[in-house]
Order: sequence, then structure tokens, then C-alpha cells
Amino acid sequence: MKAASMNAHPSLVIGEPVEIKNAAARPEAMVRFENISKTYPAYRGKPGVNALQDIDFAIARGSITGVIGRSGAGKSSLVRLINGLEKPSAGRVVVDARDISALTGRELRLAQRSIGMIFQHFNLLSSRTAADNIALPLEIAGWSKADIKARVSELLALVGIADKHDRYPSELSGGQKQRVGIARALATRPDVLLSDEATSALDPQTTRAILDLLANINRELGVTIVLITHEMSVVRQLAKEVVVLDAGRVVESGHVADIFTHPRHPITQSFLAEVTGDSLPVSLASRIVQEPGSHVVIRVQVRGAGAGDTLIARLARELGLDVSLLSARIDEIGGQHVGSLVLGVPLNDSGGESAATRTLAWLSQYQVSAERLGYVA
Amino acid sequence: MSPELINLIIQATFETLFMVGIAAALGTVFGLPLGVFLATSRKGELFAAPAVNAALGMIVNATRSTPFIILVVAIIPFTRLIAGTSIGSTAAIVPLTIASTPFIARLVEAAIREVDGGLIETASSFGASPLQIVFKVLIPEALPGLLLALTLAIVSLLGYSAMVGAVGGGGLGDLGIRYGYQRFMPEMMLAVVVVLIALVQLVQSAGDYLARRVNRRLRHRG
Repeated sequence: MKAASMNAHPSLVIGEPVEIKNAAARPEAMVRFENISKTYPAYRGKPGVNALQDIDFAIARGSITGVIGRSGAGKSSLVRLINGLEKPSAGRVVVDARDISALTGRELRLAQRSIGMIFQHFNLLSSRTAADNIALPLEIAGWSKADIKARVSELLALVGIADKHDRYPSELSGGQKQRVGIARALATRPDVLLSDEATSALDPQTTRAILDLLANINRELGVTIVLITHEMSVVRQLAKEVVVLDAGRVVESGHVADIFTHPRHPITQSFLAEVTGDSLPVSLASRIVQEPGSHVVIRVQVRGAGAGDTLIARLARELGLDVSLLSARIDEIGGQHVGSLVLGVPLNDSGGESAATRTLAWLSQYQVSAERLGYVA
Repeated sequence: MSPELINLIIQATFETLFMVGIAAALGTVFGLPLGVFLATSRKGELFAAPAVNAALGMIVNATRSTPFIILVVAIIPFTRLIAGTSIGSTAAIVPLTIASTPFIARLVEAAIREVDGGLIETASSFGASPLQIVFKVLIPEALPGLLLALTLAIVSLLGYSAMVGAVGGGGLGDLGIRYGYQRFMPEMMLAVVVVLIALVQLVQSAGDYLARRVNRRLRHRG
């Protein structure tokens, strides 16, 4: 998957072709955390805090990785280790084969130019226009005026606000401000883009548009994106990989589709319950009882291409059951279809309990997870 | 009022403008960097030097709490060293500058601290050096506040400049004391006060106007 997205470097929206380095010569991991711990010392009467412990994982080049956790889980510290805004108390952070945690001063500042960052509150300079905000990192990197001008125009077009060139941040909407923030983060052509709750201050519709833009940027420019968020819906829409943080530790990580269908840690499960089908429609949930009724209620979680599309038809045909569909939901998560189907299997017309047992046995031969929820009258 | 007296008022007004103008300019030259440093040198900040910050803070506080008239007298030897004399408008610039520098520094410090810390982090994230952060982020973002601070400093200097009149500094204050008070010429006192009020009004309006012009935080168009 990494190789595919690396080679997919094709028609760039912005002018100058990005140099495609020899993929084989580049390390697979864009960012690697090696046995990281981060402790904030006691200060002014407040006790010390172990913000991060035993962090050890890698982020693949060209991937989109979501780091999710409650506030205080350590995700802000984690993302700031990547661009050297914070230093680990122990361990190394390797970005593009370079130990960024060991760099200081001018060396660190040079390395930071290849790592862009966007922020929840956009952090635009109120005294500069959109164009001049985007120009700032280029001025700092010492670009010539003419180069800056050309680059800024490209970037404004890339993020879809070419007409806002001379507008001040106070004249822009939240979504437009974040577009300026994204353009600014991409100005120096970074390899990595860090997103610190970049959509948390935006309404759902704007959030969707910004996430689409980030997905495009990842696809078109091959920029590795690391996003931290407390919203599973953001991870679901954008990320391919997810890392779940709790109390400074990685409690679960893997492909988004795997984690969404088989969450193991309670924290992950609670995040998922917020976004997906775990919660049944209220009208259905209130009808489910534990005493036998007319139908057994079975929830089936399916995933993969065309998840569940013929499952019910085959189930009904092969077992000769008039299965009813009580509730269904199919999402696309991490590029995979993930569905949650709630079925009602009739008890009366085909031999009592055995219908439910036969259904579960039949389902078990497929890549689905099924569980009995109870009965409906 | 006789033409001679009007001439005196005009001349005194120019002396005041001269003293205040030069002292404000010098106070800014010294006070601006001092204020920026005070705002950025506490523990964990851009130019972290907590000990120096504390020491400078104490010197600033000591200077600011010394009554101006005492400061003027106390530093006469220093004034003589710098200006060659301790009498007249040029000499008065020395104590005025020394009094305005810490005042401006504190106002600058407050204005710089108003700048959102997120902007410093943002600039650091794309590799800005501390000096680049000062010149490209902190000062431009604090500019409306800095202009209002300078306005306040000039208005205070107008008041201080009246006091240096008491030690032969010249200017409007001197004129008001010598003619208005000591020679019992109430119309002279009134004229001096009116000119001072007009000057303060003018400076404040100009400062407010400029601060509004550069403030892009609010609406603004064109």
C-alpha cells in the first residue's frame, strides 16, 4: 500500500514538478518513535507528569495516520515530538532517517522546514493578508521575493482560495482560514504534514471539505499526514492507519478498518460507539427483550468490498428463513466497506431455537462477526 | 495678550516639542528592545534568561517608582556628563529619556505579551529563529498596542516636561510657573494650560488613528 501511494505522484495541481526520489533508497518509515517517554518535571507546586510512556511505532511514508485520544492522553506532546517543538525525555524520534530529537539550533530549524503543521485555531497572523501569511515560512527560509510570489499563487490555487489573496484573516471564514493554514504548512514543500485537531473548531460540513482537501494533498503530493484528533469521525473519513492513545500509552494501533470492526481496548470501543452502528436505533433497542419472542435478533458486522451485499439474500435462500432486516448501516472506513446489520430470524415457522443456532453457524463460515442481542416480540 | 508674550508661548511650545520628541524617540530606542526582552525572557520563553529578566525588572521598577522631580535632581552629575550642562531644554532630555525608557519598556512588554502564544509556536514549527519571531511575528502583531503605548508615553512626557521647567529646563511648564504663577499672570497660565491640553489631544487622536489603521484584528476592508 505504501509503495502504491508513493508511486502515485502523477499530475500535480501546483506548477513545479516535485522531484520523485528513488523510492528504494528511501526508508519505508517516515516517522519512527523509538522507546519514547516524555516527562514534564514538577513546576510551581504542580507534580510532574508522565505525558508519554513506552511509545514505539512507525508511520509509513505517504500514509495518513490518525492519532486519537481523550484530552490529556498525550497526543499533543506526541505530535510535537515529530517537529522538534518538544524533546523526548528518553528515546529517539527519527524523521526521514534523521534523529530529530538530537537536533538543536540551526540544524533543527532547517529540518523543521520539511515538516508542516496546521492548528485547531489556525494561528494566522492577524497583521498579514492570506498571501502574506502563506509567504511567512518562505521569508523565514530566505526565498527571493519573486519565488515567494509565484509559490504563494500556486498554493492559494491548490487550497482553492485564489480569490482571497489580499484578505486579512478577520475577513475569512473558519474553513478559509484553515485553507490558508494548510497552504502555509505546505509552502516549503514538506514531506510530513502534522495536523493538531485541525477541524475541531469547524462545523461538520466545513470539516468534511477540509478533510477532503487533506486527502487530495496526500494523494497528489505524497505528503505523509499525521493527524491528532479526539473525533473518531475524522479518523474514519481520512486516515488509513490509527493509533489509539490513552494515559500516555499506545493501547491499540493498526489499519482503520480492522480497528473499527474489531476494537479490543475499551477506550477504542468507547470512541467507536460515538460514531458508528454500535448504538442501535432507539426504537429498536427499546423493543429488544431477553424472554423468547417471535424473532431472535442477531447483529452481524461485515467488511470488505461489497460487504454484506448478498449476505441476507443467500442466508434467506440457503437456510429457507424469512430473515427480516431490522437495521443496517454501511460505511466506508479506511477505504473498506464496513457494515453493521441487525437481523431478525423468525423462530416459529422453522423449528424454534434451532433457527437462530443454524443462522449463527451459517454466518461463522464467512468473515463476519455475529452476536445475539435478544428477542423481539 | 501682547505679541511678546505670544512669542514666548510659541517659543516655549517648540522647546516642549523638542524635549518631548527627542526623549520619546530615545525612550523608544532603549525601551522597545528592553520591553521585548522583558516579555520574552522568563523561564521557558524565547530568550529564556530568568535571572537577567528579574534583575532588569527590578531596575525598571526602581526607576519607575522614583518621583520624577527627585530623579531629575539626583542625576544632575550624569546629565552634566552627557549634555555638558544641567540647565536648559537639551539637558532636560536626559532625565526625560531615563524616566520614559522603563515606562515604555513596561508598556511594550504588556503589548508583546498580548500576542497569542500559539503564533510563537507556529513560527517555531516552521523553523523561525528567535529574532525572526520577534521581527516577523511579535512586533507586527503587537503594533496596534505598541502605537497606543507610545501615545501614552508621549502624553506622560508632556506632563514630565512641565516639571523639568522647575529646574531650568525651559518649555511650557517653565513658562507657566515663571509668568503665570510667580508673576501673577493668570492669562499666561491659562494660555499654557490650553496649549498643553491641545497638544495632548492632538497626540492622543493621532495615536488612536494610527493604532486603528494598523489593527487588522477587527473587520476592516480597504
